[in-house]
Amino acid sequence: MPPGQPLLQVDDLTLRFGGVTALADVNMTVESGTIHAIIGPNGAGKSSLLNCISGLYRPTSGSVVLRYVADDVARGGGLAADPGAASGTAVADVADLDVRERALTSLPPNRVARLGVARSFQNIELFDQLTVLENMMLGRHVHMKHNVLTSMLWFGPARRQEIAHREIVEEVIDLLKLQAHRQKPVGMLSYGIQKRVELGRALAMQPSLLLLDEPMAGMNAEEKEDLARYVLDVHELAGVSIVLIEHDMNVVMDISNRVTVLDFGRVIGDGTPREVMDNPRVIEAYLGAGVAS
Amino acid sequence: MSTFVTLLIIGLSEGAILALAALGFVLIYKATGVINFAQGEFLLIGAYSFYTAFVVMQLPIVLALLVGVLVAVIVGVVVERFILRPMVGQSHISIIMVTIGLASVLSAIVQMFFGTNPRSMPPILPRGSVSILGGSVPVNRLWAIVICAVVLVLLTWFFQKSRHGVAMRAVADDQQAAMTVGISVRRVFALSWALAAVSALIAGVTLADVTTVEMNIVNFGLLVFPVVIMGGLDSVPGTIVGGLTIGLVTQFVSGYMDPGLAEIVPYIVLVLVLLVRPYGVFGEKRIERV
Repeated sequence: MPPGQPLLQVDDLTLRFGGVTALADVNMTVESGTIHAIIGPNGAGKSSLLNCISGLYRPTSGSVVLRYVADDVARGGGLAADPGAASGTAVADVADLDVRERALTSLPPNRVARLGVARSFQNIELFDQLTVLENMMLGRHVHMKHNVLTSMLWFGPARRQEIAHREIVEEVIDLLKLQAHRQKPVGMLSYGIQKRVELGRALAMQPSLLLLDEPMAGMNAEEKEDLARYVLDVHELAGVSIVLIEHDMNVVMDISNRVTVLDFGRVIGDGTPREVMDNPRVIEAYLGAGVAS
Repeated sequence: MSTFVTLLIIGLSEGAILALAALGFVLIYKATGVINFAQGEFLLIGAYSFYTAFVVMQLPIVLALLVGVLVAVIVGVVVERFILRPMVGQSHISIIMVTIGLASVLSAIVQMFFGTNPRSMPPILPRGSVSILGGSVPVNRLWAIVICAVVLVLLTWFFQKSRHGVAMRAVADDQQAAMTVGISVRRVFALSWALAAVSALIAGVTLADVTTVEMNIVNFGLLVFPVVIMGGLDSVPGTIVGGLTIGLVTQFVSGYMDPGLAEIVPYIVLVLVLLVRPYGVFGEKRIERV
């Protein structure tokens, strides 16, 4: 997607659990090429919103629509091992991108992932028994094409593909400085490194949209700074659009282009970091009614 | 010494077949969390479907094997799709009861078509015997060990290294995370059941060839439980060690002591192992950090 275009459109999204309304008529537009922060007090519905986008929750009503360039998905799936797909993209006219829309709300999480949406979780969801490398290679799963029989035999095309995927994973490992941990089971690593591995697994998917749920939670100032730098690197190098949930206001103000503020499931502010900071409703939600007036 | 060698080879072959059957059980348990009490019946279905293709329909052996594999894959996928998927989210006991019910249905289906009399099948593996260290050893038993060893190595390798194997382990580890990296949990479940059925087919056909095609295969299949519990339920190496141990112990007790005692000795061994190591010999302590 060219930068500046709407990439993800959330319209009137409502999510209820029995009598509890987690999200009420949420509207949000994520533009391609931006870092879009979602902030709000605890229980505001930030993670619920991400879960609706990635297909883990089914919203009660409303829609989430992802725009993607059809060729991007095809090319990512083909890689070097599939020359057919590559020649297919070369024919396409660059000025006339084949942009498609897809409603995510009816898709299971694995299909959403295949459309180029990757995510990390607030309470790290890694495969603890698997090594760092295996976790990252699983990030390449959406791009691998060989079936059960060829993967059983492994030789030939399947093997070449495996090597091509491994190269991408190695790049991610270099970027996040995880070289020393490659072969360690993830469960053995410290919290901060696990957070980085989870970011890496999402990156290995080469997504068009990256959803990060509190990637810096529970870290000290130094670790936060490191991770913020990784997020910025990723944003610049991979050109990926990022939706970020974060509590640390300094981080949010520093790295995001746009901020959406949620409180009790409703959007109470939306705009540039500066605009949001000056928004009286946001100040009220964070600091209480007395301060705002 | 001669008796020892004979018993050793027969025990190893039975153990290898057991390990193969048990590996299917472990695959299902690891990926889907289901304890499949119908694994013995999968052996039965495998042996009889091969028998039908090979003897009744008189197909060439390669084709008959393909038919057997096809039937096994279909049975595995159908069982997962229509019997276990509706049970997702139910308690363990309910799911266990369903697989016990499934076991009865599968063996009843086989009885309905073939009755309870043993069927004879022309030998597939070479007959005759060779003399090793003074003991007479049936050649087909040696072949059974080779076949099972090869299949065991292939399956273990598949599970550890291949893309789909890693995806299966990922699903076993964290289903939510697996979905968000694009793995279809349903497909992985179907794949585990299909693989379990195919490994049971190979075990069933090998067993039928060294013995006969009969309902007793189910009783042999029941030994899968001491094997996997000993191995720790989810450990592939544990399953192999457990299978060989049970196979050997049963043969030695049967040969040197009493065939009646041999029937129960696997369970005695099981109890003894669990007394010392409650998580099984290879029961992995899960790595957990809070």
